[in-house]
Order: sequence, then C-alpha cells, then structure tokens
Amino acid sequence: MATLQTKSAARLMMAPSVIALLIWMIVPLSLTLYFSTLNYNLFNPAETPFIGLMNYRFFLSDPAFLTALQNTLTLVVGVLIITVGGGILLALLLDQVFYGVSIVRLLVIAPFFVMPTVAALVWKNMMMNPVYGVIGQALEFVGIGAIDWFSNAPLTAVIIIVAWQWLPFSTLILLTALQSLSEDQKEAAEMDGAKALSIFWYITLPHMARAITVVILIQTIFLLSIFAEIYVTTSGGPGLQTTNIPYLVYSQALLQFDVGGASAGGIVAVVLANIVAFFLVRLIGKNLDA
Amino acid sequence: MARAVSTRRKIGFTVLGWTVGLLIFFPVLWTVITSFKTELAAISIPPQWVFFDWTLENYVEVQERSNYFRFMMNSVYLALGSTLVGLIFAVPAAWAMAFSPTKSTKNILLWMLSTKMLPAVGVLVPIYLIFRDMGLLDTRTGLIVVLFLINLPIMVWMLYTYFREIPVEILEAARMDGATLMKEITQVLAPMAVPGIASTVLLSVILAWNEAFWTLNLTTTDAAPLTAFIASFSSPQGNFYAKLSAASTMAIAPILIIGWFSQRQLVRGLTFGAVK
Repeated sequence: MATLQTKSAARLMMAPSVIALLIWMIVPLSLTLYFSTLNYNLFNPAETPFIGLMNYRFFLSDPAFLTALQNTLTLVVGVLIITVGGGILLALLLDQVFYGVSIVRLLVIAPFFVMPTVAALVWKNMMMNPVYGVIGQALEFVGIGAIDWFSNAPLTAVIIIVAWQWLPFSTLILLTALQSLSEDQKEAAEMDGAKALSIFWYITLPHMARAITVVILIQTIFLLSIFAEIYVTTSGGPGLQTTNIPYLVYSQALLQFDVGGASAGGIVAVVLANIVAFFLVRLIGKNLDA
Repeated sequence: MARAVSTRRKIGFTVLGWTVGLLIFFPVLWTVITSFKTELAAISIPPQWVFFDWTLENYVEVQERSNYFRFMMNSVYLALGSTLVGLIFAVPAAWAMAFSPTKSTKNILLWMLSTKMLPAVGVLVPIYLIFRDMGLLDTRTGLIVVLFLINLPIMVWMLYTYFREIPVEILEAARMDGATLMKEITQVLAPMAVPGIASTVLLSVILAWNEAFWTLNLTTTDAAPLTAFIASFSSPQGNFYAKLSAASTMAIAPILIIGWFSQRQLVRGLTFGAVK
C-alpha cells in the first residue's frame, strides 16, 4: 500500500509537528541545563560566571527543597488516594440503573471543567472560609465548629481542592472501563452463588486494574506540576507549608530572580516527572500493538 | 445493560446517586447562586439558598469595572488560535501516521507524548527569558505558540486514534469507482474525519481555556485571559464574593457546557486511547 511516493509525502506531512516539538523540547531544556550551571541572577544579568553544579548543591541542600519535595509527594499521594478510592466508588454508583443517572453523571464530572483558578478561589472563599464558608457553617451547625483551613491545615485544604478537581477524571475513566465489563461474566458468578463483595474483588476490580493504572500515572504527571491552585490560595504559605516543587522553582525564578537556582530546580522537576513518565509510556506503548 | 432491577433498589440508588452528585456539584451550584446575590446577601449567616432578591448587578458591575470583555476575548483568541494552529500541524501528521505507517511511527507517537511529560517549571526560565528578549511577554501571539505546543501531542494522538478507525478499503473502493481526488476528499474522507476533528477541537479548546501556569507567568495585562483575571481576585481588596461568583460563572460556563457535550471523547483524548 505504502509506495515510496506516499512514504515521502507522509514524512512531509509529519515534519511540521515533529520539528515544532523537537524545538520545543530541546531549546528550553538545554537552556535550562545551561543556566543551571551559572551564577545567574536577574539583578545582575551582566555577570553570569560558570559555577558547575553549585546550584544543584544549593537547591538540593536547601531545607526548602526537602519541604517542597515532601509537600509535592504528600499532595500527589493524598489526591491519588481520594480520587482513585472515590473514583472506584463513584464509578460503581454511576454504573447502576437509577432515575436521572445521566444528569447525575454530568453533575459529577463538572468540576473537571472548572478553571483551576476559579476552583481554588471558590473553595478558599466560599467553601472553606471559617466565617462565611459553607463548610464552616455546616460544621458549626452540627456542633463541631468551623475550621480555619488555610491557617491550620493548609496542605490538607489544597489536597481537598485538587482532589475535587480530579475526582471526575478518575470517575469518568473508571466508569468507561467498568462499562466494558460483560454482564455475562457477573451473571455467571452470581449463578454460582458469589456474593456482591467477592464479585467486586475477583471480577470487577481486576477488570478495572488497567484503567486504575492509567489514572494513577496520568494524574501523577499532572499532580506533580500543580501550580495555579497554590498560587491563588496560599502562595506557598504559611511559611513553606504548601510550597511544592513547581511553586518553589517559580518563586526562585520570578520572585527572587535567581535564574541559576531555579533552573537547577527545574531540572530536578524534569527528572522526577520522567521517572513517572517512563512507566506511563511503557504502559501505553504496550497498548499500541493491541 | 438491561438488567432487571427491583424498584426498591432503584429508588435507593436514585437517592444515593443524587445526594452524591449534588454534593460534588455543590461548589459550582453555590457559585452560580451567589452570583445573583447582593454582596450583603452573599455573606449573610446563615446562608441564603433561594429566598433572596435575585439581582444581575454583579454581572453588570464585573463587566463595567474590570474590562471583563477584554479578558474574555483574550481567552477566546488564545483557545481558538492555539487550536487552529494545532490543527494545521496535527491533522497532516496524524493523517500520515494513520494511513502510511512506517516502522518508526509508533516511536514518534510515543516520543511526542513524552514531550507532554516535560514539566512546565523545568522550562519556565528559558521561555520567560526568550519571550522577554523577543518582546513576546504579555502578547497573545506568544501565548498561542506556547499553548499550541503543549497541546499538540494530545491533538496528534487523538486525531490518530480517530483516523486509524477509518477503513482504507472505503478509500480504495472510491478510487476504483473513479472518484477524483477532490471527490475523494470531500465526499469520502471528510465525512468520516470530521467527527474526530471536532472532538479534538473541543478538547484542545477546553485545555487551552483552563490552562493557568503559562498564562499566569507570561502575561500581566494586555494578553491576560480569564484564568489570570480570576486570579486577580485573590488579592485582599478583590474579595467580593458575589462579584467573584459572577466573574467565575462567566469564566466557566462556556467550557462546562462544551465539556458536558464532549465527555465521551474526553476519556479517549486524555488517556490517549488506552481506555476505551
């Protein structure tokens, strides 16, 4: 089918995309690598002496880095636990037959389309505000008393906001996987007298395993670089309590003008993401042959 | 699908389903409701649910005071501009990969995806400096380029998975019947490719509309879209709940509606076809 002519035509058609992405990948990344070896501050851009790996040493030994790394991991793991656990339950629920299930489905996936800056501000001001927030008033009503989320549990607050935004994603994907499970298999198990819980454990969950892996990997990629939610709610604070690695790099670069240090931090972020990406690409690559 | 379900079970799940659905949707619902309140009603304790004087004053004021229209037009320009440029690049590439695959096609696809893994913070500094030196900071052109590049891999992937489902036999049959190239494109290929292209456009528009990292870092006023406009409400003097709600409602409404229409395609686009 593919003649020599169509082959070169195909190459020509692919060239713009390939070249654009190649430039997008190589130019900034090599510049970041280069900057990361310089003592480069925007206050004094005329002098940028080469200092080797000093920026990495400073960045990695800065206590702020360890805190940021810890916060990044807490954020990713916390959100994953909520979204995968909640996503499985929600998918099971939305797979049932009930009145208005299609409308409920729309309600559940809505948060995913809400702009991150809107989500962050709405939660901060109208849900979690200790005086006017709906959550505070509800807690007050049941006698627990309002919580000042952003002073007392800032990282938990950020986790809740981000989890709310990503719960629809995992639900949607797990539901899609669930719907491809054949009824026959479940019915056969039911006939053999299997309980609902063991059907879930031995049939449904293994069937969803692949989708769960996809959800975990894709979300991790996005969650590692959460920025807007922190930028609008806490600006990384109080102190460093909600500073994650993207926010630390941002503040180093655009608030402290330390290009060298920020670049080193950026490279650390790239390495972290690539460890995750390695697994994701392998997983999807496998699927490509099937 | 067609399971026999007892009415009791169905009603039970209806109650549970709606409760959970409304709980998750609540922040959005509350924002919309608050946008119709006066500032005073918005912070009243206990909260007012339905029985308050509904007003449109927040919408009018947001519009008048902050030049909301300009931010919105920036969002529209950025979303449509980056999508259009993306299509020009992605359609031919995906087409070639789907219909003239070579040994390296799979590797190219995976490599394209891997560029998505590049965290934005890793390249923020050089992009910022390049933009500064080229005078692209706070310009629509600059942001369109960035948004187009970060969405390009997803567009290629999504189009590829759609195009691959078009049977080549139909094309061959049309050729045998003596269809001209023009007819082949307009009458055979286009009708089959359009749904895939439409879904890709929707996804790209959604992603570009909501993108916040680059818009916050590369714009200040001139090219700032709604994401940045909303973020400006986080300053202390900007905390007017009713106005914030009105601005938020206007910022999310179009994308929410588009998103609801394209939920199915979204799964495919976001998982690169790994879950069907």
